[in-house]
Amino acid sequence: MLAYVLRRAVFLVVSLAAAAVLTFVLLRLLPGDPANALTSVGATPEQIAAARRAIGSDQPLPQQFVTWFGSMVRFDMGTSFISGLEVGPELLQRLSVTLPLTLIAFAVAILIAGPVGFVAARYSRSWVGLVFSAVAQFGIAVPVFWVGILLVWGFSLGWRLLPPSGIPTDGWSDPAGMLRFLVLPVATIAIVMSASLTRYVRSACLDVIGSGYLTNFRALGASFGSAFWHHGVKSVAVPLTSVLGIELATTFLGAVVVENVFALPGLGSLIVTGIAQHDYPTIQGVLLITTLLVLIVGFLADFTQKMLDPRLRGTLI
Amino acid sequence: MTQLAAERRDTVTDRRAPRRRIPLTALVGAILLGIVVVVALVSFIYLPYPPQQIGGGRLTGPSAAHWLGTDALGRDLASQLMVGARIALAAGAGATLIGAVLGVILGLVAAFTQRWIDDGLAAILDILIAFPSLLLAMLVVAARGATLTSAIIALGLAMTAVVARLTRIYTKRILSSQYVTAARTSGTGVFGIIGRHVLPNLWPTLAVILALQFGLAVLAEASLSYLGLGAPPPNASWGSLLRDAQATVYTAPVGAIAPGVALVILVLGTNLVADGLRELFDPTRRQR
Repeated sequence: MLAYVLRRAVFLVVSLAAAAVLTFVLLRLLPGDPANALTSVGATPEQIAAARRAIGSDQPLPQQFVTWFGSMVRFDMGTSFISGLEVGPELLQRLSVTLPLTLIAFAVAILIAGPVGFVAARYSRSWVGLVFSAVAQFGIAVPVFWVGILLVWGFSLGWRLLPPSGIPTDGWSDPAGMLRFLVLPVATIAIVMSASLTRYVRSACLDVIGSGYLTNFRALGASFGSAFWHHGVKSVAVPLTSVLGIELATTFLGAVVVENVFALPGLGSLIVTGIAQHDYPTIQGVLLITTLLVLIVGFLADFTQKMLDPRLRGTLI
Repeated sequence: MTQLAAERRDTVTDRRAPRRRIPLTALVGAILLGIVVVVALVSFIYLPYPPQQIGGGRLTGPSAAHWLGTDALGRDLASQLMVGARIALAAGAGATLIGAVLGVILGLVAAFTQRWIDDGLAAILDILIAFPSLLLAMLVVAARGATLTSAIIALGLAMTAVVARLTRIYTKRILSSQYVTAARTSGTGVFGIIGRHVLPNLWPTLAVILALQFGLAVLAEASLSYLGLGAPPPNASWGSLLRDAQATVYTAPVGAIAPGVALVILVLGTNLVADGLRELFDPTRRQR
């Protein structure tokens, strides 16, 4: 158990370091000096040299890497080339939008997908199952940002029910106002995510419904509902937890895109402006924190799955 | 009790009748995919207007002169949509080609070589798969600039990891079978085994995965373009058309609907083809 956690922790640290190295190498080894982002067009050589000194790009690359990696390990993400603000606090500020958006949307998607997937599996041989499958097929083919655009068109511009973009100036100190602005982004992500989740739930339920032990309990006189509730639900949950881990990561990336539809000041809009402005510290910061979150979610999913399934507990070594 | 009996009878008849006809899903998918391919091909020889030509009024609705109306600059939307079909297919096909070739080679190398190379490759693949493809694409775009090639390379690399892992697992399974042992003892070389035993057994699974990944790559490219990180004008992808049309969705909804519908047709088409292939190759999953 302890060994398992340690091994996963080592994997997490190694993966994170690999991602950090990959990010650094790709951004720095390619032609172009990040100092160009700091100076305006037509800057004098002295100005460019000063800019290079300021961000350290006049040092040899290995030296740059050691300096950068050293500060990373101390959780110092550096300062933005453009705004001059520290990247770390900025990331936390942005996370306060992206993380709630992701988690609420994910919860809503599960609440939709659970019952819908079960019903689709229970009645898989009737027209109900067919309709569910068809709708889910559409759901996984739809680009998430397009759903956002359509929702804005319908609910903000047409119906004028909800705000089309942005967040209140007070942020989370005005929770009701904040939630009002999050309704459409949450709905956008939840619609798309629930489609793919429904397929997984349906498939897991089908496996259980077709299993011998459930038939056995029914032959012994249990009703379908009772047999499924007492003996099926856990078997459905085990394969789903690993899927949920991956889907949560997908939801997070969906949030990164959807934030740009609704002009939400989260990580997604931060990295897009960062890339447009060649703001390397910001890009690196967003990529690292995103990778870290994805890795943690993967670890939690794996761990939960092993806790739920006694047969897998032996592999907790 | 009667219901239970009915269910059991169903499963029995299903097992008894493994029909090998082309599934309906694959047929519908192929038709949808075919529509997009035909539109892309036609766009090389005929376009209603040059896609960048300005004129004919701004944000006009659909009319006889402009089937889908015009955009905010007065460019013909139908022509841009037709050019977008090329971009979408190029992104999907390019990324899938990179992913398939590199992925299969890496997977075969991992499965056939010594343990430590295999372990090392497996660890690298695990890390690569943990790194989300959209982020990898953003990273490559940040480094190389926003072009279609950047997007294709990034999405292709992300796909390589998925394909390589699958190839490695399946190849190992095939290699441990008795017919491969028999082939080895009778003197068949490595390439003979790959060509005669591994690839023929691998490709059904691979085809399904590649079809699904094709659709994912198309969606990812559209997302990148929507964020302004894809191909720059004049090669407008459907994603960038949606980006432009978003501001005027209330006055000119067709511009914001048509590219989305086009994306759904293409991705739905490839997904259905993938589902159909899976049904065709794996009769036990037919009722899913």
